[in-house]
Amino acid sequence: MTSIDTTSSDRTTMSSDISSLDPGHKASGLTASNVACWFGTKKVLEGVNLDMAPGQVTALIGPSGCGKSTFLRTLNRMHELVPSATLAGEILIDGVDIYRGAIPVTDVRRRIGMVFQKPNPFPAMTVAENVLAGLKLSGLKSTRSERDDLIESCLTKAGLWNEVKNRLGDPGRALSGGQQQRLCIARSLAVSPQVLLMDEPCSALDPTSTRRIEQTISEISETITVVIVTHNMQQAQRVSHRCAFFLAAENEPGRIIEEGPTKAIFSNPHDPRTNDYVNGRFG
Amino acid sequence: MLTLEGAEPFIYRTHGALVANSPSVHYCANLMSARGPRKYVVSVVGQSAPSDLAHRSVLDEVVHPVVRRSGVDRIFRSVATSSAVITFILMGLIGGFLLVKGYDALKVAGWGFLTDSEWAPDQGGKFGIAAILPFTIQIAVVALFIAVPVALSTALFITEYAPRKMRRLLTAMIDLLAAVPSLIYGLWGLFFLQPRLITLSKWMADHLGWIPFFHVDDQYGTSLGIFPSSTFVSGVIVSLMVIPICTAVMREVFSQAPPGEREGAMALGGTRWGVVRDVVLPFGRGGIIGGSMLGLGRALGETIAVTLIISPAFTAKWSILDQGSNSIAALIALKFSESSTFGISALMAAGLALFIITLLVNAAASTVVSNSRSGSSTEI
Repeated sequence: MTSIDTTSSDRTTMSSDISSLDPGHKASGLTASNVACWFGTKKVLEGVNLDMAPGQVTALIGPSGCGKSTFLRTLNRMHELVPSATLAGEILIDGVDIYRGAIPVTDVRRRIGMVFQKPNPFPAMTVAENVLAGLKLSGLKSTRSERDDLIESCLTKAGLWNEVKNRLGDPGRALSGGQQQRLCIARSLAVSPQVLLMDEPCSALDPTSTRRIEQTISEISETITVVIVTHNMQQAQRVSHRCAFFLAAENEPGRIIEEGPTKAIFSNPHDPRTNDYVNGRFG
Repeated sequence: MLTLEGAEPFIYRTHGALVANSPSVHYCANLMSARGPRKYVVSVVGQSAPSDLAHRSVLDEVVHPVVRRSGVDRIFRSVATSSAVITFILMGLIGGFLLVKGYDALKVAGWGFLTDSEWAPDQGGKFGIAAILPFTIQIAVVALFIAVPVALSTALFITEYAPRKMRRLLTAMIDLLAAVPSLIYGLWGLFFLQPRLITLSKWMADHLGWIPFFHVDDQYGTSLGIFPSSTFVSGVIVSLMVIPICTAVMREVFSQAPPGEREGAMALGGTRWGVVRDVVLPFGRGGIIGGSMLGLGRALGETIAVTLIISPAFTAKWSILDQGSNSIAALIALKFSESSTFGISALMAAGLALFIITLLVNAAASTVVSNSRSGSSTEI
């Protein structure tokens, strides 16, 4: 394994170190109230209210273009990175608004991590460096042994340790697609998030890798609140406790049609549109 | 599908997997063909096994794809090909021309051309590039020393920090600056910048004189009068022309840093600086080097601005602050009209030296750039 400690000098301005991440933390609850989103003048999401309870897995389902990914990106302030994107409403983490300056935006994104549809490990970094990238990026100090422990524990949680423990010095890009995605999950876990957002994390992966990642989701959901966007109805049923069904009528912004325990959404939906969607009659 | 007559199914020396178990057994076999490893489905019918499938020429049925080109395609192809060939020919012609024209002088000077520092071909004296080549390189280094950090910061500001409207405006202005003729920079440098820069030169000579580059030998004390026509002043003015070119190349590459990696870094709680350091700069390494080398090429060959500023010197020195400098391009421009045939031949030889150095610099740069990830998208 190569040494990671190349940037200790520029971290001196930061007072925080790795212990501030509090590994014994509890999952946080996330609440969206009356969220609306625009791209330019086009309104893509309207009146979204959703409670994502601590330690639960919430699945966001719905056909393409219904705004579920947009909603997911509002939850850790990735939405605002898109030029011309605007937003109304409130997102609260443990009751604290994330948009109105109470928490620095870098802290918001560290506490609410994100895994993307396409695996995006940093190609210039090794496997080990990828896991530690979050510490480096946010300027957190750590000792050598803390880092070694973190690499092993995060890769183990992501179900990747056994496959890569002898390849920690290889570039991240040398791994297979499914391994890269699990590396990205390990990378997210390394900064001890309280919430993990996943945007169709398995859509580019084979069934074995998908199964492995679903296993990881159920393992981490004890300590981390998970919100997952998925097009796969079976996956939503397998991994989630609660489900929110998004739908956008033609030329109208997306809304939540129905939301509730996953079992109820799939076996006994109130809305006929939900029934049609979960039974594969459209979308 | 190939059928091997008379083979027995169970003693195969392939890495094949059994595809179907039927009277004729199908193997999916990885075998070497003339064009590298290929997958074959091999049907085995009958009894005795072939000893080594790979040696059976029957497996190497390589297809040579036939492409029929349409008329338009053929015309376009020939135009493009001949343009590319012309570039090579031009390159060879220029080098060959300089060599032929400079040959007379080179023959007379011999190795002295590399070791002599004075320049008196027309007076029957010695001539060589031992002084003007170091001066040329000094000016270019001073220019890059200023231009690269400024260009790097400007490019990062434009791609990472500037608001969107300002980004467009700045990009347009940088492109515009790159198109300003060097004579304009030279005139502005001569009349505006030079009188103001010498104060800085004096300050550096007074306070940083212990560094050899900034040391000034002057029996009258460091009066302002010895600073205007120096390597430093011409380097600063050349840097002004180099900055826009470097910035344009670097900005282009930085703006292509993959959005997925940027977002990944942001989503981990990365600061702006963290994203720049861990995503943009590693990706843009090729662009930084490519842009700098492009600037270096321009700085080495810059003629008019240097000619306006310097007072020609023919003794190499470390000091860059005091009176007297030179460059190959400026020498050619200054001496060209007053030289005899032999003098011109000597100038051609100097031009050849400049040509070779520029080629070497660009070759080195393109090697580095093509080995980096953003290299494929970098123009150099």
